[in-house]
Amino acid sequence: MLKITNLQKTFNPGTVNEKTALSGLNLTLENGDFVTVIGGNGAGKSTLLNAIAGVWKPDFGTIEIDGVDVSNMPEYKRAKFLGRVFQDPMKGTSPDMEIAENLSIAARRGTKRKLVWGIRKPEREHYKELLATLELGLESRLSTKVGLLSGGQRQAVTLLMATLRHPQLLLLDEHTAALDPKTAAKVLEITNKLVTENNLTTLMITHNMHDAIVYGNRLIMMHEGRIVVDVSGEEKKQLTINQLLGLFEKASGSELTDDKVILSQ
Amino acid sequence: MAFLNAMPGAVAEGLIWGLMAIGVYISYKILDIADLTVDGSICTGACVCAVLLSKGTSVWLSVIVAFGAGALTGILTGLFHTKLGIPSILAGILTQLILYSVNLSILGGKSLIAVDPRANKLLLHMSNNQGAVVTAGLIIVAVIICLWLFFYTEVGLTLKSTGDNPDMSRAQGVNVNLNKVIGLAIANGIVALSGALLAQYKGSANINDGRGAIVIGLAAIFIGLSVSMKIKPNFVVSLIGVIGGGIVYYIIYNFVVLLGLKTDYLKMLSAIIVLLFLAIPYLKNEHFSTKKMLQVQTISEAKKDAGGEKNA
Repeated sequence: MLKITNLQKTFNPGTVNEKTALSGLNLTLENGDFVTVIGGNGAGKSTLLNAIAGVWKPDFGTIEIDGVDVSNMPEYKRAKFLGRVFQDPMKGTSPDMEIAENLSIAARRGTKRKLVWGIRKPEREHYKELLATLELGLESRLSTKVGLLSGGQRQAVTLLMATLRHPQLLLLDEHTAALDPKTAAKVLEITNKLVTENNLTTLMITHNMHDAIVYGNRLIMMHEGRIVVDVSGEEKKQLTINQLLGLFEKASGSELTDDKVILSQ
Repeated sequence: MAFLNAMPGAVAEGLIWGLMAIGVYISYKILDIADLTVDGSICTGACVCAVLLSKGTSVWLSVIVAFGAGALTGILTGLFHTKLGIPSILAGILTQLILYSVNLSILGGKSLIAVDPRANKLLLHMSNNQGAVVTAGLIIVAVIICLWLFFYTEVGLTLKSTGDNPDMSRAQGVNVNLNKVIGLAIANGIVALSGALLAQYKGSANINDGRGAIVIGLAAIFIGLSVSMKIKPNFVVSLIGVIGGGIVYYIIYNFVVLLGLKTDYLKMLSAIIVLLFLAIPYLKNEHFSTKKMLQVQTISEAKKDAGGEKNA
């Protein structure tokens, strides 16, 4: 479903700030894969997700989604295939617009927008039902401006927006990192529910090794712009944090003296 | 008494400038672009309308063509910004400069063209202020209804989100660049429409019409929104507020003139009004947020401590 071949990206080439973020990365996802992504700072996790989303063009390599080569497609056109939730809760929603208006924009992702009424009556009922599933009491606040919601609520709404039109691929870029522990757990629970119920192919970056093991059917660990650990199925289910650290040290060849590099951002 | 006598004129002119401020509202408030094309496009609207009228074109056609010409100026700025990567504020300045030459050539090299209310059938003229108020009012109502309908369509909603959160818009498949061009076209079309009305009202189009128009537009927006946001912060109320802001601006303007302020200082007065409306909320915030920041810091430090214990 997703096929990434030899993806390379260097930022600020030829300057003192030169940084190779992706160095020949290969990754193939099957339909329905729920993949958690971990790795230290600067390992290239967010760069990978941004490359798939089309925030900028890679230097080299191709990205295929469902057999379509999207490598040269601008970000707004690729959005047709993708649902995205960002680390910053402010980034995924339009604060000065109502919850219903935000959802209605998301409901038309990938379609040609016309000069017809932007939100239809039956839509509102549908949105109410969806918001009720979040159990955050938002179903009665359709006309509330999103800017008035808390970070966790906004992130939950963004999740709904990302999954409203069944995306071929869901990209979650540490979407719980900016939330307090309790809210983060709640948002993660909603995420898991949406992903498993809709059988969404998902890439989820997390800084929490425990979450990376518990959620999803496959785990990849990145180091210096490459995937160094890739475990799935039964092997992943049995994994412990200590084993994971061992795998990382073996694969990357570098001793991980301070596990906080991975445990926290 | 003299002040009251000046009222109908102030209201008529305020309405025309209020219409222009609606154009500025679309670029500044909705698209989040400080579009300096406005100083040029209002003049383009006035020049196109005046020249067409002097050639015997019907008044409605002249006004519609003026609107179209204004929309083109917005498209130009939009393309400079989105296709050539020029910062929006500079793109507007460049178009404004281009328009000075264009406007001069529209006027046939003259700096002024008169619109004779006896030779042409005009929509409004300063000789009949009551009539002008009614006509300008009706046109504004029509414009507000059109905008209200448009900004609740599928396309219109994405125009709002483009200015409000471009990241979210792109992630939802919105062509942000195209939307900016469309928005700037609508904004400058409306600005040129008000220019066309202004030329008829004053009975002339002058190459210097519109200098500082952006500042008057912003003044009208700030005055208007300071009231309308307190009543109901929705789109139509905001637009009505902006029109009201234009009228209040011209009443203040007339009042100050009657007090004996030299007209040389009027542009400075506009700037000061805008300055005050921008500075006061900022200074208030500045004072407020230093206090708040200290609080947040202590809270987040406390949280960090608690989290650290958990991790260990």
